[in-house]
Amino acid sequence: MKIGVMVNEGPYQRQSSDSAYLFCKAAIGAGHEIERVFFYHDGVNNATKLTEPPQDDRNVVARWTKLAQDHGVDLVVCVAAALRRGIVEQNLAQGFRISGLGQLVESAIQSDRMVVFGD
Amino acid sequence: MLHIVNKSPGERATFESCLAHARPGHSVLLIEDAVYAATKGHAASAKVKTALGTVKVYVLTPDLEARARAGTVIDGVVPVDYKGFVDLVTQNPRVQSWL
Amino acid sequence: MDEAGIIKKFLFVNRKAPYGSVYALEGLEVVLISAAFDQDVSLAFVDDGVFQLAKGQNPKAIETKNFSPTYRALEGYDIEKLYVERESLQARGLAEEDLLVDVKVVSTAEMSALMDEMDVLISF
Repeated sequence: MKIGVMVNEGPYQRQSSDSAYLFCKAAIGAGHEIERVFFYHDGVNNATKLTEPPQDDRNVVARWTKLAQDHGVDLVVCVAAALRRGIVEQNLAQGFRISGLGQLVESAIQSDRMVVFGD
Repeated sequence: MLHIVNKSPGERATFESCLAHARPGHSVLLIEDAVYAATKGHAASAKVKTALGTVKVYVLTPDLEARARAGTVIDGVVPVDYKGFVDLVTQNPRVQSWL
Repeated sequence: MDEAGIIKKFLFVNRKAPYGSVYALEGLEVVLISAAFDQDVSLAFVDDGVFQLAKGQNPKAIETKNFSPTYRALEGYDIEKLYVERESLQARGLAEEDLLVDVKVVSTAEMSALMDEMDVLISF
């Protein structure tokens, strides 16, 4: 089954991004396709490569990057929400791309399910 | 329909609002801080018990374990892992998150 | 677009008050974009979400943009299905005449039935 995911919160402040990531990993493990993960609101902060968590903490951004690299998951950051929060091409982590809100609507149309994670 | 709730009932009214809108036969999955609602002795657990008469209630085990509440789930609530979360999403024709 | 032909029923569920957080404003931006995709779009206003439609918003002194007139512009985008929950209004001291746009006021039971008819539910 094709599943679209929306992440509306940044890393670390809330559990939303962790939950979304673990959900995506489990879905892929169960043979489903994560069609796209769309990052909106403060969720765009998941895409900054300037993140440097302490050694003993998980690296939320790097985990998303790895998911994109290992499974071809399309990680899309909303351009309007990103510009508001200072996320631009120059600080965008690998595996993410910046695009429009239409990508969210398109993902909802093309996926069998849409799951929203946020606050 | 699968309803997903992620806030503690002590913090936000999303769980209550979700129950008010869930229809008979629907499923409700408690994740993150919402897992507290399904634990023994919690003030909100009475609402869960009542809801169990019409809807199915699931709770995410990894979130329970993180919060030291794994052994305290009230009867009738079904613990699931992330694989179970995924199954609930695929088995239900629509999904709504109560944020 | 290769999704041409697929028409899904979208429900954008607004449950949060404006100004205290960005969800109402950025939620509205998604609604506006969705109009370009020729989908069957409805909006639901439940719980504190009903405050988004209150007449007379004036965020000048908090130096924030007043985006409430945009709800009146939705009609121009062919987004005409706005549902407001009666119980949510009542619990907050609001009535239909306090709202800045024409809506359909429905009961909690009717709102539940509406949600159950949808293909995609995106909540803010």
